[in-house]
Amino acid sequence: MANIKPRVKVPKKAKAGEAIVIKTLISHPMESGQRKDSKTGKLIPRKIINKFVATYNGKEAFSMDLLPAIAANPYIEFSVKLSESGTMRFEWTDDDGSVYDIENKITVA
Amino acid sequence: MRKLLALGLVGGLLAVGAQGVMADENAELVIDGKTFVTKLKAPADSPFDEILSGWRFRTDETQALQLDDFENPAMISAQYGEELWNTADGADGKSCADCHGDASESMKGLRAQMPKWHEGKKTLFALEDHINWSREEHQKAKPWKWESQEMVAMTAYIGLQSRGMPVNVKIDGPAQEWWEKGKELYYTRVGQLDMACSHCHENNYGNMVRADHLSQGQINGFPVYRLKWQGMGSIHRRFKGCMDNIRATPYKRGSDEFTALELYLASRGQGLSVETPALRN
Repeated sequence: MANIKPRVKVPKKAKAGEAIVIKTLISHPMESGQRKDSKTGKLIPRKIINKFVATYNGKEAFSMDLLPAIAANPYIEFSVKLSESGTMRFEWTDDDGSVYDIENKITVA
Repeated sequence: MRKLLALGLVGGLLAVGAQGVMADENAELVIDGKTFVTKLKAPADSPFDEILSGWRFRTDETQALQLDDFENPAMISAQYGEELWNTADGADGKSCADCHGDASESMKGLRAQMPKWHEGKKTLFALEDHINWSREEHQKAKPWKWESQEMVAMTAYIGLQSRGMPVNVKIDGPAQEWWEKGKELYYTRVGQLDMACSHCHENNYGNMVRADHLSQGQINGFPVYRLKWQGMGSIHRRFKGCMDNIRATPYKRGSDEFTALELYLASRGQGLSVETPALRN
C-alpha cells in the first residue's frame, strides 16, 4: 500500500468543558508476524504500530497500546474535554522505532 | 445426495427473506453538505420505476461510513492515487500531472462518462483501459494490472473528481453496438444456476438472497471499498464475483464482455450521482 501516513480530524474550535470528538487514522499494514510468505514459506516479520499517544500542551490526553490482531489502517476515535487553547500532538510508534506524528491547534473559547 | 443438496441451495437462493436489514428508506447521502442523487424517477424506457443507488440498500452503519470522508476507508486509496498522479513514471519520466495538470479540473466529469468510445483505438474504453493507454502512449510506462493497488487507487482518484456529478454515458454512435451486446449479456442465463443478471437485480432487488440484500446492481460508486473484500475493487471484480456466485465461468477483467456490460449497467443508472469512491458491503 501507500506510504505510512497519519491523518487526524480535530475541530479547530471548542467550548471549554465540552466534550469534542477526535478522530485519527494511520495507513499502515499492521503486519501481524503470524503470516508466512507464500513463496519462501518464511514468517513475515511483525511490523505494527504498537503505541498511540495523544498529548495536549505536553500533557497526556489519551494513550493506547496496539496489539498484532488489530487490522491494517487502525482508526482510533476518542473524546476530550478541554479548558484552555493549545496544541494536540499525536504520535504513533512503529515496531521499527519510527514515530509518525501530527500536531493540531485547538482554540478553546 | 449431492443433487438433493444442490436443490436445497437453489431453493434457499430463491426464497424471499425477511426485511430485517433494510436501512432507513428516507436516509439521504450527504457528504460535506452536498446531497447526492441516490434515488430518482426512472425514464419510461427503464425497467425500473425508481433508480436506486446501491448505497440505499446498505445498512445504516455501512451507509454512515460513506457520509464522512475521514471514515470512508476508500479515501486512503484515493489519496494514494493522488500521490501516483504526481509521481513520474516510465521511460519519459513524466507524471500524469505533467500533461494533465490539476486532476480536479482536467479529470472532472470523466468517471461519469465512462466507459466511452475511443476514436484512436476504435474500441470501447473503460477508465482502466484509458489509464493504461495513456501510460503506454504518453509515459512509456508499463501498463498496470487491472486489479493492482495502483490501478484501483488511480481510478478512485480520477473518479473522485467527478463525485456528485450525474452518470451520463453515451450509448449512441459507435458505442451502440457495445451497449446492445451488454444488454444481451445482462439478460442471458449462464452458469450452473442458470441465472441472468436480471433475475436478481431487476426482478428481485430489495429482496434477500440468503444473507445478501439485492440491489439494482448500479455501478455509480466504483471503484468501491467493499467490507467483504477488506479492500478496494474494480467494477469488473464485482462482475466476476457475481458470476462466481451463480457458478458461471467468469469473463476476464478488462474483457470486451465486461466492458460492454459496464456500459449497459452505467446506462441503467443515468442521472445517479457518481459516488466514487464508495463503500459497500
